[in-house]
Amino acid sequence: MNFRHIRSLAAFGALLAAGAASTGQASAKDLTLCWAAWDPANALVELSKDFEAKSGIKMKFEFVPWPNFADRMLNELNSGGKLCDLMIGDSQWIGGAAENGQYVKLNDFFDKEGIKMDDFIPATVVGYAEWPKNSPNYWALPAFGDVVGWSYRKDWFARPELQAKFKQKYGRDLAVPKTFAELKDIAEFFQKRQIDGKTVYGAAIYTERGSEGITMGAMDVLYSFGFQYDNPAKPYELEGYVNSAKAVKGLEFYKQLYDCCTPPGHSDAYMSEDIDAYKSGQVALHMNFAFTWPGINADANVGGDRSGYFPNPAGPDGVAFAQLGGQGISVVSASEKKDDALAYIKWFAQPEIQQKWWQMGGYSALRKVVEDPGFATSQPYAQTFLDSMAIVKDFWAEPSYASLLQAAQKRFHDYVVAGQGSAQDALDGLVKDWTQVFDDEGKY
Amino acid sequence: MLQSSVDRVAEATPRAITRRMHGLSDRALAWLFVAPSIVLLLAVNIFPLIWTIRLSFTNFRVNRPNAEVEFVGLKNYLSILSDRDIWLSMQATAHFLIWTIVLQVLIGFTLAYLINKKFRGNDLWTTIIVLPMMLSPAVVGNFWTFLYQPQIGLFNYAVGFLTGADPSSFSMIGDVSLAPWAIIIVDTWMWTPFVMLICLAGLRSIPASIYEAAECDRASKWRQFWTITVPLVLPFLMLAVLFRGIENFKMFDLVVQLTGGGPGSITELTSINLKREAFEKWRTGYASAYAVILFVTVFGLASIYVKALNKVKQR
Repeated sequence: MNFRHIRSLAAFGALLAAGAASTGQASAKDLTLCWAAWDPANALVELSKDFEAKSGIKMKFEFVPWPNFADRMLNELNSGGKLCDLMIGDSQWIGGAAENGQYVKLNDFFDKEGIKMDDFIPATVVGYAEWPKNSPNYWALPAFGDVVGWSYRKDWFARPELQAKFKQKYGRDLAVPKTFAELKDIAEFFQKRQIDGKTVYGAAIYTERGSEGITMGAMDVLYSFGFQYDNPAKPYELEGYVNSAKAVKGLEFYKQLYDCCTPPGHSDAYMSEDIDAYKSGQVALHMNFAFTWPGINADANVGGDRSGYFPNPAGPDGVAFAQLGGQGISVVSASEKKDDALAYIKWFAQPEIQQKWWQMGGYSALRKVVEDPGFATSQPYAQTFLDSMAIVKDFWAEPSYASLLQAAQKRFHDYVVAGQGSAQDALDGLVKDWTQVFDDEGKY
Repeated sequence: MLQSSVDRVAEATPRAITRRMHGLSDRALAWLFVAPSIVLLLAVNIFPLIWTIRLSFTNFRVNRPNAEVEFVGLKNYLSILSDRDIWLSMQATAHFLIWTIVLQVLIGFTLAYLINKKFRGNDLWTTIIVLPMMLSPAVVGNFWTFLYQPQIGLFNYAVGFLTGADPSSFSMIGDVSLAPWAIIIVDTWMWTPFVMLICLAGLRSIPASIYEAAECDRASKWRQFWTITVPLVLPFLMLAVLFRGIENFKMFDLVVQLTGGGPGSITELTSINLKREAFEKWRTGYASAYAVILFVTVFGLASIYVKALNKVKQR
């Protein structure tokens, strides 16, 4: 080997060493947070600059669009991937992630840092942090409170000519609906109506087939009509609860709402399609998660006084429930930077950071923020958010939630959008599917 | 005397290597060259297949690393074959497969026949016609959802213009009776050029002398078409059908972008159904059995078809 070869080899070795050193350095000072790609995620990027400045840890973000979010991130968790140090995962993942050891249990950390779950909205603690439910075992810190509610065209509702026509037809004022029956009347009233030379439609509701859309929408109606997941006295007993007469009426109502009052081609719509329909001035009523409201409020076409917000109206028995959305922030077990990840959660849990989070468009779940006397009037939608969070219910959060969700997606879409079979058939089929899943899980 | 290049290489090869190679037969050398490919094939193709077959007899779930894996015998196979939804999915796939092939063969052959004639702008037209197959299926699926949009879609507008119907009165991808045709139309639009190109190759391989001889025998154009053109293009056409058949049996991206398998489950082809079982419900063992059944089906049908193709070629 001559001198030239030795020199080349030395240079190559130095390059390798430098590479290894820089990799080591990056892994010590980086932290990757995984979440869905949506407006609140952008707000979190801004908010996290404070953490970067205080800790010296650089934050990286991996945001995936909602339709692929569960697929991509559950793949990551199931494969033991090290991409994410922090995961703001969907509420329904908590059971699987806890039982399969994919999230770090946070009880000791919370005790050590004085973080109390009593300081957060109770529904968000149960929904985003606990597994098993209603037990003091915490796998996440409530990060983003969210719930399904409605926005409506306040400016259209206020028009005297429309008020008069509505009163003439329905014998009452055109106002925020108190029941789902009233909501359907309003949607029918606006369906194919000409407003400012444009044809408008009644309501944009969830009908998406691929991920979770139609289930998140239909459940809002089903809960308020009397649907229950199982026998409260005997867990996993589904017959007569999932497919009760009231639940059947609820599903029939959702189909009627889809048939009578949605814009043409609204057969596969979820959050983004609904918000597009609303912001483009196509619909009078708009079902969506609360995260969309700051964007609506700021929108040039429908923002400000042109829009109002209301929680899910009541079903036939006068009770109202809303589908819980939102997520908790967890530390991924496979991460090699758990201490830094916990430091981020500690920083995020501080009341002043949570206050800033709300101001930037993130729905804080900290009671100190939402119970502040000024909170309800701080934004036009703040009171609706509080009212909605008080009536939440969530889908199964079992480890087998994905199978349970896919079964519901299929049964609901087959009936509501494709018009195959009856509501009774759909819910009987759902009982069969869910029973099979729980049977496989050894629940019986 | 001039040295051949082989001699020069032999002289330049170090003695140590020459000594090692002396003991190898031609057969051993052949194996040496083929071995890397075989190892790669075993690693990425055969091993996963064997592993999938093994998993298909278990209740394994990839998202439950701590759960005990049990041998369940033929349970997965029996529950798949007795599942009504899976049969509906098979029917949806068969409908899609048959109609796309029929339409693509008819239109593709007709286009090839026309393009094969000499006319001005022939090359330009060929380029324009093959453009759709150069696009990504995900992109095609995405932009056709806009074309099918009832309020702003060009497709609905065109149908409305031609028939007088209100464009917003029908939804190609939201209606149970129209959605299966919506995916057939898009696949046909995208892949007919492929069939056309193969047919064109077949047409251009027919020697002009055969037609000249037929002309001498005063055979009509119609007779020439049925007795010369069709039989000689048939092997090419069958090859195109084989390619399109295999491709469309595993169709996924285009349909997912267009309909997501909906409305309901009306366009849920087997590949979409399988993906839901494997990567949404995480029933790995069950999905493995499903994959094995689909593999055997495609393999069996393709084998029968290839035999038929060989017979046609031998005629």
